[in-house]
Amino acid sequence: MYRVYEAGQLADRIFQIWVEAPHVARHALAGQFLVIRIDEKGERIPLTVSSVEGDLVRVIFMAVGKTTNQLSDLKAGDLIRDVAGPLGRPSEMGQYGTCVVVGGGAGIASCPIIARAAREAGNHVVGIIGARNAGFLILEDEMRDACHELLVATDDGSRGFHGFAADVLKQVIEQQQVDCVWIIGPAIMMKVTSEVTRPKGIRTFVSLNPIMVDGTGMCGSCRVQVGGETKFACVDGPEFDAHLVDFDLLMQRQRTYFDEEKVSLERYHEHACRCGEGSYHG
Amino acid sequence: MGERPVRERLCDFLEVDCGLSPDEAVAEAERCLQCKKPSCVKGCPVEIDIPAFIARIADRDFSAAARIIKDDNLLPAVCGRVCPQEVQCEGECILGVKDSPVRIGALERFAADYEREQGFVVPPLAGPTGKLVAIVGSGPAGLTAAAELARVGHLVTVFESLHEPGGVLMYGIPAFRLPKEVVQAEIDQLRKMGVDIRTNHLAGASVPVPELLAYDAVFIGTGAGLPFFMNIPGEQLNGVYSANEFLTRVNLMHAERFPEYDTPVRHAGRVVVVGGGNVAMDAARVARRLGARVTLVYRRREEDLPARRAEVVRAREEGVEFALCANPVRVLGTNFVTGVECVRMEMCEIDESGRPEPTPVGGSNFVIDADMVIQAIGQGPNPLLIRKLGGIRYGRKGNIVVDEEGRSSLDRVYAAGDVATGAATVILAMGGAKKAARAIDRMLREDRKGH
Repeated sequence: MYRVYEAGQLADRIFQIWVEAPHVARHALAGQFLVIRIDEKGERIPLTVSSVEGDLVRVIFMAVGKTTNQLSDLKAGDLIRDVAGPLGRPSEMGQYGTCVVVGGGAGIASCPIIARAAREAGNHVVGIIGARNAGFLILEDEMRDACHELLVATDDGSRGFHGFAADVLKQVIEQQQVDCVWIIGPAIMMKVTSEVTRPKGIRTFVSLNPIMVDGTGMCGSCRVQVGGETKFACVDGPEFDAHLVDFDLLMQRQRTYFDEEKVSLERYHEHACRCGEGSYHG
Repeated sequence: MGERPVRERLCDFLEVDCGLSPDEAVAEAERCLQCKKPSCVKGCPVEIDIPAFIARIADRDFSAAARIIKDDNLLPAVCGRVCPQEVQCEGECILGVKDSPVRIGALERFAADYEREQGFVVPPLAGPTGKLVAIVGSGPAGLTAAAELARVGHLVTVFESLHEPGGVLMYGIPAFRLPKEVVQAEIDQLRKMGVDIRTNHLAGASVPVPELLAYDAVFIGTGAGLPFFMNIPGEQLNGVYSANEFLTRVNLMHAERFPEYDTPVRHAGRVVVVGGGNVAMDAARVARRLGARVTLVYRRREEDLPARRAEVVRAREEGVEFALCANPVRVLGTNFVTGVECVRMEMCEIDESGRPEPTPVGGSNFVIDADMVIQAIGQGPNPLLIRKLGGIRYGRKGNIVVDEEGRSSLDRVYAAGDVATGAATVILAMGGAKKAARAIDRMLREDRKGH
């Protein structure tokens, strides 16, 4: 059992949890993830390690499905049945020169730890964070601390630049020499944004988030196509060369359990309502 | 007591084989000739004193029978169920020449189940040696090594990356062949022996390699958990699973009880399982229990099926259809699977495996409709830890190279089971683990003399 140390909401539907998991916190590096199973009947879901402090590890997630909704309902002191990790390869860090770390939506969660690692490795780090609107924007202060410069974009212009993170990235690479880029966000955002760096052949990493079960290379559920080869995102990734990734396939496979996910979530909401009325104590 | 009727079987995941009643066990035990030179023992990878335990059953001293087995095999309730006895002990039984061999496996299971139902007695442990041993993986090899080493007084810590210990016994073998309470009971006993099992700990990550190597000895029993894919077009479509994924979703995560349990598995009407081994049979029979029509596609002939005969028979009884001498060439569909295109195979010259080499017949392609495809064509060792253990020698197939006693090329690091041999059986993994555990014990005792 792993104790929730702190839990809270960061933005519209986006939450953070600090959980006590020394075996993960002490060894996790930028780019790695962990697998959480909330209770006996829970599923195993992968979440990026957003930051660590002592024996605590932070995850940030958007409440979309049953498990993330259940996770968002946890309070400090609650127990999580299983936390496994750190999993996956850490970000390929090096002294590249100028690095840009681009985060979209809940994907911004993974950015500060990568930005800090890039900065510690001796790079000049530019951060770009983008969201649908100001209400969805997270970790702006943390990113400002982690990066040498930070640019903000919202689709509706409610904060920062009016447009997509991809538009901002385009301007940045036109104005200055950029040597390495990380793009983390929803698959469609990573697909579109990584096209910006392709013409100039800038080394670009994306962090893929396919469906996983064990997260240790045992099941192959998370297989993705990278440069025409089958890779397991859990052990060969989760970061890959953006320009070699088949994003359409990733998005297709992410929809495998679309119907089941709906059933699960509806059932959870019904249950939550009944609990609220005090008539059900399951 | 025999087997449960097929119609009943298909409605649940309870055990198919009901085992022997005490009277049946005694009657079966009395068939044993008590050979002076028992060939059955030679057929057993861990050399259980088979005639001796059978004699105890004939005397109705079932606990004594269990103790005799446990001298050589710490997981008899598991092995009695999943060992391929027909090619091991029972295959050597002299009675089998003219009649049917003594049902040694059933007797082993009977004695073990009897002991469990009476409540395990924790075996006496030797005084603590103060030596620390790390065991990586809690499948058959890891559990065996842990028990052997705990028994002789070493302090054992087992690292398991999943949330449940048991490895393939939990995630791979379905409950209708190996009830999970049986595995759980064995693991509980290990805990009572003082073994510290740390789940959610991935060796090499949660426990970095230097920390691991700081133990007085390390035993690696990480198995063969890396699934192979056929590398044919269409394999990335939704609804194509490795057997590992499909079985893990059901056996470990209980997807058959979705949405009560959160993990889903695709609800398929027609399933194609590719492969002819025990894993393929398990996957096919699980798919039948989930209500699908199931076709098993295997490239060779019936007599070449590597699965245990009894499992093939049960799969057929349960309505699994077999498309033999056929091989998939393409998975059909857009986004989701709609079918599998196969080609007929003809058997040609004998190949290195001693079986005829299957060769595709030109123009014989045919399509099997399917909305799920499960590939059960084998597994290799998971490279995760091996990659991180700088300098450890490993073979072409990713298996750790070890000597007869499980020593790897790294000092104080031992390995056994599928990670050393490639995918094999539970009992071979246990046999190897036991030898390695004894070698580890000897090494640790030498250490103590040295200091």
